[in-house]
Amino acid sequence: MSMPFYVSPEQLMKDRADFARKGIARGRSVVTVQYGDGILFASENPSQALHKVSEIYDRIAFAAVGRYNEFENLRIAGVRLADMRGYAYDRRDVTGRGLANAYAQTLGTIFSSGGEKPYEVELFVAEIGDSAAQDQIFRLTYDGQVADEQGFAVMGGASDVVAGYIKERYVADSTLEDVVRLAVAALGHSADDDRVIDVDHLEVAILDRTRTQPRKFVRLSPARLTGLLGERGPSSPEEAMPEDTQPGPATHVGNPDDPRDPTDQTSGHVPPLEDPVTGEPTSRGGDDGEPPVAPPAPGSGGSPL
Amino acid sequence: MSDPRLPASYLQPGISSFSDFLAGESPELLPSRRALPQGQAGDLAPHGTTIVAATFPGGVVMAGDRRATMGNIIAQRDIEKVFPADEYSVVGIAGTAGLAVEMVRLFQTELEHYEKIEGTTLSMDGKANRLAALIRANLGMAMQGLSVVPLFAGFDLRQSQGRIFSYDITGGRYEETAFYSVGSGSLFAKGSLKKLYREDLDETQCVTAVIQALYDAADDDSATGGPDMARRIFPVVRVITVEGGRRLSDEEVAEIADRVIAGRMIRPDGPGAPLTGGTTGGQR
Repeated sequence: MSMPFYVSPEQLMKDRADFARKGIARGRSVVTVQYGDGILFASENPSQALHKVSEIYDRIAFAAVGRYNEFENLRIAGVRLADMRGYAYDRRDVTGRGLANAYAQTLGTIFSSGGEKPYEVELFVAEIGDSAAQDQIFRLTYDGQVADEQGFAVMGGASDVVAGYIKERYVADSTLEDVVRLAVAALGHSADDDRVIDVDHLEVAILDRTRTQPRKFVRLSPARLTGLLGERGPSSPEEAMPEDTQPGPATHVGNPDDPRDPTDQTSGHVPPLEDPVTGEPTSRGGDDGEPPVAPPAPGSGGSPL
Repeated sequence: MSDPRLPASYLQPGISSFSDFLAGESPELLPSRRALPQGQAGDLAPHGTTIVAATFPGGVVMAGDRRATMGNIIAQRDIEKVFPADEYSVVGIAGTAGLAVEMVRLFQTELEHYEKIEGTTLSMDGKANRLAALIRANLGMAMQGLSVVPLFAGFDLRQSQGRIFSYDITGGRYEETAFYSVGSGSLFAKGSLKKLYREDLDETQCVTAVIQALYDAADDDSATGGPDMARRIFPVVRVITVEGGRRLSDEEVAEIADRVIAGRMIRPDGPGAPLTGGTTGGQR
């Protein structure tokens, strides 16, 4: 009978946080920027069907990075929650704060429960009010923390680089044209160079206060984006990312082995286990005399049981 | 202590219909899931009456009078019975007003919910079929006198034309051509439209035709309200074209209604149609 190793709660939480953070950093960034007439969301997304930014209710939108299946589940739950509340009470009783709380409780409970893999997602829940001062952007992280963002916010990918670019240039109460240009330029910005992203690879949506219909969410079509962005020069393609070619970011593909990282599951220098059928040691991996060690099970926080 | 997180049913993928989700989650919120005691309940609640719809090249018009009756009593003078179902469709209701308004709310949520979850709108036929399913679920109550009979119209973006669907209380769905009417005054409204309707009417002429039809319905049916000149209450008119739906403002409707009434002052039975066929007559 094997005894579980003792893992301190701090270490356990840190491991789970590292695991979630890695998954989120693997994708591309999503930018949200407040402007005079509403809130803009922008992301580089080659897929026309798999959205990162979506409508939840009249004045509420949702944006996410990370694992598609996980945030898609959360999005659908949010639409159901909002529609249910709007149907049982009234359309005005559906608030971004209520939705952000429900998400925070869900993410927080899953993160701190031992039995489940933490969600590898980060979310924005944004709501527009009657004036720019009443607009709200909530950022929700994988562990259920909620932050109230002001002006602009970036999540996923190289978020600090993109956020730094926007911070230098952001002006409150600017026009839609200006924020679209700023957000798209920021998405193409990296430490080395500035790319021009093709309009077909952009997913841009706004919550537009000036819309006369009750539903304020609008996706900006490539044609409208081209008009807003103006002349930008030839677009330069970006190298393929794992999220384009795989069904959702795979948990661990091609990452170099890091023995100090307990969530790392590629055991490069550790010989693999014996063949489960024949019971003989498999030939892959060098024989360095170390006893075979099983890789940590997914989600177990690096504590081999 | 209850689990603070979203219930598992919310996170379950697969259901894109709001009413199906509601049936599993809070069935008491569905109008069709209420147990009703024996007996007739039809006289207990207000009834809405006449709805008229007509197509024109490039769109469709729906209008409803503003009266709700309870037996011989006028329960409300300014009730609204024509609602937008989504951006490109509109639903008008005749029958038990309370149930009908609730059903419209459910139908509106149903269409919006599908659109948000699937990322695309239902086809015109898909919307008409969903409404049929809601009506069918209400059959038990309809048999006790609480019937709801809607009229559904919209602009079909795929076929680029306005379309009208009528229903019976069992959820039967029938596509109508050119024009249709439901409610207690519908016989008179349909008869009026038969003589006034032409296929080449423009938007304003089509609105005028349906207001004439509502006037004729109110003329002969006590449960249908005519234009209320003293209170300036006019029919609710919604027009849907390729640009989406809009409700005509009170001023726009008042202008047309005033012209209709001015004509009736001279000829109370309304514009006459030519006796012999073949001509596109019918002065207005």
